[in-house]
Amino acid sequence: MRHVIIGAGPAGVVAAETLRKLDPDSNVTMLSHEPEPPYSRMAIPYYLVEQVGEQGTWLRKGDGYFENNGITVRTGVKAEGLDTQAKQVKLAGGDTVPYDKLLIATGSHPIVPPLPGVDREGVHTCWTLEDSRHIIERAKEGSRVVLIGAGFIGCIILESLVMRKTRLTVIEQQNRMVPRMMDDRAGGLIKKWCQDKGVTVHTSTTVESIDEGGDGHPLAVRMDNGESAQADLVIVCVGVKANTAFLEGSGVKADQGILVDRHLQTSVEDVYAAGDVAQGLDFNTGEYTVQAIQPTAADHGRLAANNMAGYPLKHQGSVNMNVLDTLGLISTSFGMWMGVDGGDSAELYDGDRFRYINLQFKDDVLVGGSSLGMTDHVGVMRGLIQSKVRLGKWKERLKNDPTRIMEAYIACTQAIGHNARVLSA
Amino acid sequence: MLKALKLEPEKCTGCLQCEMACSFENTGAFNPAKSRIKVFTFHDEGRFAPYTCTQCDEAWCMHACPVEAIVLNMATGSKDVLSDVCVGCKVCTIACPFGTVNYEADSGKVVKCDLCGGDPWCAKACPTGAITYVAADDTGMERMRAWAQQAPREAGAHANPPKAKEVQVFNVPQQGGL
Ligand SMILES: Cc1cc2nc3c(=O)[nH]c(=O)nc-3n(C[C@H](O)[C@H](O)[C@H](O)COP(=O)(O)OP(=O)(O)OC[C@H]3O[C@@H](n4cnc5c(N)ncnc54)[C@H](O)[C@@H]3O)c2cc1C
Ligand code: SF4
Repeated sequence: MRHVIIGAGPAGVVAAETLRKLDPDSNVTMLSHEPEPPYSRMAIPYYLVEQVGEQGTWLRKGDGYFENNGITVRTGVKAEGLDTQAKQVKLAGGDTVPYDKLLIATGSHPIVPPLPGVDREGVHTCWTLEDSRHIIERAKEGSRVVLIGAGFIGCIILESLVMRKTRLTVIEQQNRMVPRMMDDRAGGLIKKWCQDKGVTVHTSTTVESIDEGGDGHPLAVRMDNGESAQADLVIVCVGVKANTAFLEGSGVKADQGILVDRHLQTSVEDVYAAGDVAQGLDFNTGEYTVQAIQPTAADHGRLAANNMAGYPLKHQGSVNMNVLDTLGLISTSFGMWMGVDGGDSAELYDGDRFRYINLQFKDDVLVGGSSLGMTDHVGVMRGLIQSKVRLGKWKERLKNDPTRIMEAYIACTQAIGHNARVLSA
Repeated sequence: MLKALKLEPEKCTGCLQCEMACSFENTGAFNPAKSRIKVFTFHDEGRFAPYTCTQCDEAWCMHACPVEAIVLNMATGSKDVLSDVCVGCKVCTIACPFGTVNYEADSGKVVKCDLCGGDPWCAKACPTGAITYVAADDTGMERMRAWAQQAPREAGAHANPPKAKEVQVFNVPQQGGL
């Protein structure tokens, strides 16, 4: 059996390892467009501040790890087409790679908006190690950097840019930072926190063009509020789009991402998709969406590989979740943090101390939550959401004090709750 | 034979000796805030419950880590954080559905229970036997049943939810041991 995986991010690597385990006699080949060994984009912020070297970003670090585990990695090769009749991947340069089962794990690429001047020198996205090298070169101490977009990825690298001692301006079109992860109030707190730390933040502001700069700075970013910010480096972080272009004409159907069923198989038999490129099942909504987060990519990779190896496993849906550290202010969000129809919520807001927690319920089950300024036991929100634990009387207690979430979990799942119930019965 | 931590909250008096011992062993100072085992207080019921990592088979934290900084300790079955590899991204802290991997701002890394390499200090410090380190198969079957009975859920709603190990008994995988 020839298993071919296009893409060497977490989805591809976890799938390759799982295939080797479940189907030891098979051939596993992983193709990556990028020249580096399989690495994690999530480690880029730490690479940017030189906390880790390039090797620190590698997904697997052992010497000859892939070779020793019977996984062939071909880097620097780009899939340009797919012939699902002949079961071949077409590579740039004309080569073909035949497969019996194929996994598409090509991830996504950053969107570059059609702004006047966006192609000027010194304007970069921040998605690959290659991008990072350009950024390191320009983001020198005291240099002026403009970050366009304060979504999740933008906010993650914001911290790296500040730690590089640049003079940073952030411009976000929506009314708050991380709009898809935090509500108005929490997003507002993050903005205030950043401003207190010396970052210039413009929200509800659109960039109109990237012009030639002055005063020794090559660039100037013009905004719709009439202001203009000088820059030595402009980083564009306005969102990502699934890498599906090479599937044109292959019969593999895609919408936001590649359409998959609950076995992560695409519209074409023996072709599977996983990770950022796949439009997979969301645990909370029951809908198929592109989540574009690392834990989901790893989940997808493992599941798809099981199905490819002939051990059918149905995807139960992934919980959308994020954790973000903005200059020391840590925020998390899980599932339906924005709430659901007919549900209710518990909230605690302490703006002066930059603390916030919000829990969302449907009946007495937790369906979402978000937090700011909390680092202890946050994962339990995921646990309560995904195991659909009935909170019973603990729901009222949480409405009075949502910070007691860990106690609620222990009481509702462990013997303490059981004993207590027996005692109070 | 692999061993596991067994926690019996009904024996816990809330004296916090375990938190003291854990923080001292792991940080060199008596500082319950730095303990990897936590005693939760239930004022309404007048009860206490010590709780820490279950060293679960699924190891959600380990699978979520982007840089292989959490590894299986073959000798004890614990999942250990390699702090020199950890970049502090915190993804493991949201991936762990039991809330037992926590981020520490001063080190910029995460910490979790590693069974003290096979000689857990919390168990040695507990004066009431609420925390013991026992053979992994000496698990609290009765508690497990109690948990199964008291947790009604929609049938078939989810075939793959995060599974806590049987109540209070911290299991370790049977395979891969000594
Ligand atoms: C700076 C940064 C920080 C991030 N931080 C977080 C975070 O904190 N938490 C989180 O959950 N997520 C984070 N993410 C997102 C996370 O990295 C992605 O969700 C994850 O990488 C998706 O994994 P994947 O395997 O699907 O795709 P990718 O990791 O994108 O891998 C795709 C692979 O496919 C290859 N490829 C693409 N097209 C082709 C082609 N045509 N032919 C051959 N190969 C191809 C690429 O070279 C690459 O090897 C971050 C991303 C960035 C950029
Ligand atoms: S915080 Fe450290 S151990 Fe946890 S996932 Fe990130 S790198 Fe891995």
